Amino acid sequence: MLKTMMRRAGKCAVVAVAGLMMMSAQAAEPIKIGSFLSVTGPASFLGDPELKTLEMYVEKINEEGGVLGRPLELIHYDDVGNASSARNFASRLIRSDQVDIIVGGSTTGATMAAVPLMEQAQVPFISLAGAVVITTPVKKWVFKTPQSDRMAAERILADMKDRGITKIGLISGTDGFGSSGRTQTLEVAEQMGMEVVADETYSGSDTDMTAQLTNIRNTKGVEAVLNFGFGQGPAIVTRNYAQLGIELPFYQSHGVASDSFLELAGSAAEGLRLPASPLLVPDSLPEDDPQKDVVQNYKSEYEARWDAKVSTFGAYAYDGLMLAVRAIEEAGSTDPEAVREALENIEGYVGVTGEFNMSPDDHNGLTADSFRILEVQNGNWKLID
Amino acid sequence: MLAEFLQYLFTGITIGATYALIALGFTLIYNASHVINFAQGEFLMIGGMATVSLTAMGVPMVFAVVLAVILAGVLGIALQRFAIAPAKQADVVTLIIITIGASIFIRGIAQMVWGKQYHVMQNFSTNEPIQVFGAVLNSQSLWVLGVGAVMVVALVLFFTKTLIGKAILATSMNKEAARLVGIRTQMVLMLAFMVSALLGSVAGIVVAPITFTSYDIGIILGLKGFVAAAIGGLGSGVGAVVGGLTLGIVEAMTAGYISSDYKDAVAFSMILLVLFFMPRGLFGAKVVERV
Amino acid sequence: MLNRFMQSRLRGLMVLALILIILPAFLGNPFHYELVIQMAIIAATVVGLNLLVGFAGQISLGHAGFFGLGAYFTGIATGTYGWSSVPALVVGAIAVGIIAWVVGRPILRLKGHYLSMATLAVGFIIAIILNNERAITGGPDGMPVPALDLFGWELSTFGQYSLFGLDISGVQAWYILVSVVLLLAVWFAQNLIESPIGRALRSVKGSEVAASVVGVDTAKYKSLVFVISAIYASIMGGLYAHFQGFITPAVASFEFSILFITMVVLGGMGSTLGVILGAVVLKLLPQVLADFQELETVMFGLILMLTMIFMPKGLLPTITAIVSKRMRKKAGGEA
Repeated sequence: MLKTMMRRAGKCAVVAVAGLMMMSAQAAEPIKIGSFLSVTGPASFLGDPELKTLEMYVEKINEEGGVLGRPLELIHYDDVGNASSARNFASRLIRSDQVDIIVGGSTTGATMAAVPLMEQAQVPFISLAGAVVITTPVKKWVFKTPQSDRMAAERILADMKDRGITKIGLISGTDGFGSSGRTQTLEVAEQMGMEVVADETYSGSDTDMTAQLTNIRNTKGVEAVLNFGFGQGPAIVTRNYAQLGIELPFYQSHGVASDSFLELAGSAAEGLRLPASPLLVPDSLPEDDPQKDVVQNYKSEYEARWDAKVSTFGAYAYDGLMLAVRAIEEAGSTDPEAVREALENIEGYVGVTGEFNMSPDDHNGLTADSFRILEVQNGNWKLID
Repeated sequence: MLAEFLQYLFTGITIGATYALIALGFTLIYNASHVINFAQGEFLMIGGMATVSLTAMGVPMVFAVVLAVILAGVLGIALQRFAIAPAKQADVVTLIIITIGASIFIRGIAQMVWGKQYHVMQNFSTNEPIQVFGAVLNSQSLWVLGVGAVMVVALVLFFTKTLIGKAILATSMNKEAARLVGIRTQMVLMLAFMVSALLGSVAGIVVAPITFTSYDIGIILGLKGFVAAAIGGLGSGVGAVVGGLTLGIVEAMTAGYISSDYKDAVAFSMILLVLFFMPRGLFGAKVVERV
Repeated sequence: MLNRFMQSRLRGLMVLALILIILPAFLGNPFHYELVIQMAIIAATVVGLNLLVGFAGQISLGHAGFFGLGAYFTGIATGTYGWSSVPALVVGAIAVGIIAWVVGRPILRLKGHYLSMATLAVGFIIAIILNNERAITGGPDGMPVPALDLFGWELSTFGQYSLFGLDISGVQAWYILVSVVLLLAVWFAQNLIESPIGRALRSVKGSEVAASVVGVDTAKYKSLVFVISAIYASIMGGLYAHFQGFITPAVASFEFSILFITMVVLGGMGSTLGVILGAVVLKLLPQVLADFQELETVMFGLILMLTMIFMPKGLLPTITAIVSKRMRKKAGGEA
């Protein structure tokens, strides 16, 4: 009797030890998350907070036991904002590092350069860039977390229309973001029965946009001005706008939705409006807003860890990483097809950027409502709508 | 109509004055050593960034400016001493690559020390723009023009009235002869780099309130300065000033009257045009080629 | 004497061929293949540029403009208009050659830094046009390019092919293709250098005045080599576009032009194998330095500076000089 019990106990022990060994073997095998970001170069204001966010939350997830009992390993490269190095690093991630999923691509150019590879190699890819072309038409393996520039254009023009504005002056950057934003704005304006009466551009390295703005000011019938661009350009446009004393309502895009824009533009930004994620106004959100908690947590954790102001761009990476984790958990493995399918079926994920409802026809999963219209009042963001 | 024109003119002259100062830096080094210094833009960046970070640390503006200019001057000497002088036997194009390497290096350090963000510098005087016949002028533009003019006058005096300035001129005309009459040409070259760095950093500081400043602002401004120097004729001080102002005004006028999309393309076409008709730029010296 | 020349010329080509044959043994995964393929494409471009810089002594700071034109011509012809790759590459090369000839005639009258300035301007103008003509080029966000098709074979880097009964992967097929192209590029360049044209060019580099005094039509030869180097760039740009599958105006950018000229100077102006080494080093460096993160830019700049200060003649010429000096010493010691 005792003997059999002993034997049973022994067997159990063996099984338990074997089980533990298997667990630890699995634990030693990390889930590889690949990333290529524009950490330096002209788009570093995107890539820098994105990388910081990824690093910080991969650490945090690992401290909390990882995903599926396996730790996450972040492998990341800096594409310097150059599309062909983005493509090369994407290839390195896929073919040399053999990552399980890729969360990255700070700019549309970098993303689109990597897309053909992702499609052929069949690796799930969550892009952090904005242009509508990334997920329209839908590409089987490609997802993205930021709202598309088309939604931004829709949101801005709708707000203008509410104010009774139908004729607008447009000034945009010649970089990828501004140029795609310009195209979307022109299309949306036509659909909404509005008219773009002045259409000016500036290049990313320009240091003075007074000439372009003078042109817009002198165009007859302009009722409001929209600047689609990112980087320091829009801050210069904003300052020149104030210097010229233009009184018309002024709009910026979500490309400048960060506190550093307020610092650069200073008092010139007073009164301008832009579409942004609620991250900039966490305290103005009503208590029952489902995003309130996640937004406040991200903001406080990021600012505590990096001693730097949080930006909406880092939030794209937060949502990208969380979507990836959720998909892997739901898939129960890192099998690419299973993860991809799980990603495609994610519903009701409340992120910092908005509420994601993916579907086979929508690999972005956001609606234009996830943008809030903010206005700069007394040097601070104020929630308008 | 007039207001429009004036507006474009103001814009053009302000940025043109900056180009002119950068072009003068190119010219100075080119004259002394026949090197095209592609790190010239980095002096600008050092000037602006050092001033911003020093004032952020609580240093009064005036001291911050002086310290930043000194820092740039030291950097200019270091560049000549440690990068250009050891490679004096090298080809012209090799020297160009060395200065490109130096500019990447300096930018890398700046990025590590100061980060990648853009920074604001306050206007030196009021933020209120000035109204002139319906056009507006940023008060900082007056600073840019004023400081630019002072620098040009100072340079002229330096070259015509001081011994050191004359020594630099002599060296640029004939290095061997200068050495024979007892000029320490190595010293003179170092001085040329230093003065050029001072010029660059001052330009970087006065223009920073208009353009903002960041670790990579030197790339494009440096390039534009080179373009301005080439339009004016490499080696000509007058040419650098005229070239800079012309480039700035053409850019602004194109953006205003023709197409903002092709503003830079028009500027570059203008260079081609100038060079087609005047292969040595507007004021370039006609030199007899040595065989 | 002539025999010896022939020998040394063939020797270089054979060394290169040998390296290209042995190399796959060291390539661990498809990504390594990809890197080498890109190196070969870029290397062939700088072999062409070297004809202009190393032999004719003309500095171009805008060569990426021609590379970008070739890339976009191929991309648009095959992608938008459904051409086959070979005619796209050929017609693209002819078109770029004509453009180079038209802008080259007046530009090449210029001397020294003014020539650099003019080529820089041409490169910039091309890049600006590619960036602004969104309807044709897709603008700053770039455009996709279909896979290369060679007489009905579609060569995708993810495909599987069989060559003489051997199963090879897409990257291996590409590797074979670009190896052949690189060898051809080197062979053509070396033949050109040893031809009467090449001799005329070197005399231009030595002293343009002297060359024209003894009756060399310097302008003609300079334009000719300018056109040839632009054609090199155009064809390689086209191949690059096919290989990458996606191009942006960055392929025509000033930075890229600077990279090209740096490869030539770093590797060793006037040495065909040297500039290939330059291309390999500068293409490899970012991948190696990627692990240093923050320090990447600083180290790149420092390496570039130090190499040029201490090896002003370039990597390969300096190395061969050291090696042959050692060997002579050794030989002397033994004798």
